Amino acid sequence: MAEKGKKIPRQAMPEQDPKVRAHNFDEVPYGYDEKLAQLEAQRCLQCKKPKCVEGCPVEVEIPQFIKFIVEGDFAAAARQLKNKNSLPAVCGRVCPQESQCENTCILGKKAEPVAIGRLERFAADYERNNNLVTIPEIASSTGKRVAVVGSGPASLTLAGDLIKKGHEVIIYEALHTPGGVLVYGIPEFRLPKAIVAAEVDYLQKMGVKIETDVVVGKTTTIDELLEDHDAVFLGVGAGLPLFLNLPGENLCGIYSANEYLTRSNLMKAYKFPEYDTPIALGKNVAVIGAGNVAMDSARTALRLGADTVKIVYRRSRAEMPARAEEVHHAEEEGVQFELLTNPVKFIGNEDGWVTGMECIRMELGEPDDSGRRRPIPIEGSNFTLECDTVIVALGTRANPLIPSTTPDLKLNKRGYIEADPETGATSKKGVYAGGDIVTGSATVILAMGAGRKAANAIHEYLMGSA
Amino acid sequence: MYKIVDKKVMAEGTVCQLEVEAARVARKAKPGQFIVLRIDEKGERIPLTMAKQDLEKGTLTIIFQVVGKTTAHLATLEPGDALIDVIGPLGMPTHIKKYDGPVICVGGGTGVAVLYPITRGYKEAGNEVIGIIGARTKDLLILEEEMKGVTDDLRITTDDGSYGHHGFVTDVLKQILEERDDVKMVVGIGPVPMMRFVCKTTEPFNVPTTVSLNPIMVDATGMCGACRVTVGGKTRFVCVDGPEFDGHQVDFDELTQRLRMYVEEEKKSYELFKQKNA
Ligand code: FES
Repeated sequence: MAEKGKKIPRQAMPEQDPKVRAHNFDEVPYGYDEKLAQLEAQRCLQCKKPKCVEGCPVEVEIPQFIKFIVEGDFAAAARQLKNKNSLPAVCGRVCPQESQCENTCILGKKAEPVAIGRLERFAADYERNNNLVTIPEIASSTGKRVAVVGSGPASLTLAGDLIKKGHEVIIYEALHTPGGVLVYGIPEFRLPKAIVAAEVDYLQKMGVKIETDVVVGKTTTIDELLEDHDAVFLGVGAGLPLFLNLPGENLCGIYSANEYLTRSNLMKAYKFPEYDTPIALGKNVAVIGAGNVAMDSARTALRLGADTVKIVYRRSRAEMPARAEEVHHAEEEGVQFELLTNPVKFIGNEDGWVTGMECIRMELGEPDDSGRRRPIPIEGSNFTLECDTVIVALGTRANPLIPSTTPDLKLNKRGYIEADPETGATSKKGVYAGGDIVTGSATVILAMGAGRKAANAIHEYLMGSA
Repeated sequence: MYKIVDKKVMAEGTVCQLEVEAARVARKAKPGQFIVLRIDEKGERIPLTMAKQDLEKGTLTIIFQVVGKTTAHLATLEPGDALIDVIGPLGMPTHIKKYDGPVICVGGGTGVAVLYPITRGYKEAGNEVIGIIGARTKDLLILEEEMKGVTDDLRITTDDGSYGHHGFVTDVLKQILEERDDVKMVVGIGPVPMMRFVCKTTEPFNVPTTVSLNPIMVDATGMCGACRVTVGGKTRFVCVDGPEFDGHQVDFDELTQRLRMYVEEEKKSYELFKQKNA
């Protein structure tokens, strides 16, 4: 087997031509076909002590599922994945494998690691596209009811786990469509909404109930939920978008990434006027920040027809927090980078629309608390960057909606909910939390890991108090 | 789905009242709060204020003026039809308390629909309440009877003089403020220019003035920042921090501009709707 790893190179995933895809919202990669998947799967050394599993936050049984692909039993591969990961079609697409499982893959030491993410995606897609999804066995009813607040990755994982254990699970979602960040945040070209809908549908088939249009903290409160549920899980995600607090920031045409992406993804503004929600079709778009959300915003702007899209980032390329793959995709499509550049104010016309952004050039100084070199403004280097749309993608703060109506829920200094990292237990009995509302903005898979841990803890709590 | 159970057309077909089944929202609604609704799968999310709730029937009543596609579409719905989403109650309730002097509630156009539950709240809290409601012309005036029932003194103005005082609500407001120096609170709700004038009128008299803002919103849960306004030099999110603010601190110029952000798109959308429904 060791020989194979050297002979077969890592298989690329076929994808849409960058020039074409920069103008449509269809998914960028086409995914492996069966032949490519089997070829790639054969590269796996089937390690006895697989390092890759250690790199996975939910400990997916990687060599086992890959073995099924080698053997051509793709549905079995998908089932193996789902033992540990309830959303493989999502994770295969949006997980940062290069810093997790693929980072610890032994092949990566000498050559390139096995493309675990691409194989995961393949198996999950195969199962779904061929209608091979089976509903797992559900334990007999425990008579316990769990309220799940929010329907992003942490909540979906937890709901799947708890329903299998025989509890009644009801998800309460504030927006009109379940999926949380998977539907409002991540664009169609990176995660088709039909896939999210299929995952949600799967949970519903298992018996999970979903009530949309319920804003917990407004329509109901945690205390009211506790009256007719035995436990509550808070997976409400991150909240308020951060702005820069610079002059002119409320000019028309300046969006938070949350707003820009929600308009496009959830409200389908890219199909205006067929859909009613509009979005600014900027010609020259500036995106402030360089994380994954910034890349998503920039690539969305291109697809909405922008002539130029510039990522404006105060540090250098090496410090950009986005995945290398996202940066690469964005660059291929024509997104430009204004690095070591920071906005100082926004300039508008008499109608209150943004027309430009005064920026200053930066240089890197000594490392700061984050270990990254601190950007320092270069005096006198100010210049104006012309733009008619600006997207501020600097992350989020905690949303105060739930804490403000739940005074006995302890928060940390930054306003996030304090929860035990191993169980998700909060300061309030029967209330658990996980995902971005606890940790601040993180990844889909970390939120899923938190959902899994909380599900186990809630199960213990419910059965202990039986 | 949220079923429409009753409909009234007011103000010559430009203003419409719908009673919608939404027990969960009605149960919690307090004066000053609002809802977000979506008509159908392709619809936008728009904020609207609740004029009344009926707890027994589990319904709430919305009153809106036809100003664009969504409101025009909404006005075509009949009892038996349903809305795909009704979300709420959102925003902070009005901070109602008993003052040792009169409260003046000033409403213009459909703003009176927002004003009415707040006025009722002040009245129920034991305040002396003076109401001033106005419209362009007599037929556009709404909720006169209701407002009469919750005020000690209700004044009416029309821009064209077809009913009540010939002129603006602010004329009457100014007159009252000149006559009485014990006015403790003014609430002004209506179109942005009107609210701005109410604030200008009360400023020299140093009377605290609350306005209720209705900017463009998307999620209306504090997640997107579409609704941001500048109040006292600081950015606030209307959907979670408001909708009511100290009117003397609000940057009305910015609010007006931000409300016009999608005028072109709104026009296009409305035209297409009219063509389809012609
Ligand atoms: S409407 Fe999105 S934050 Fe207020």
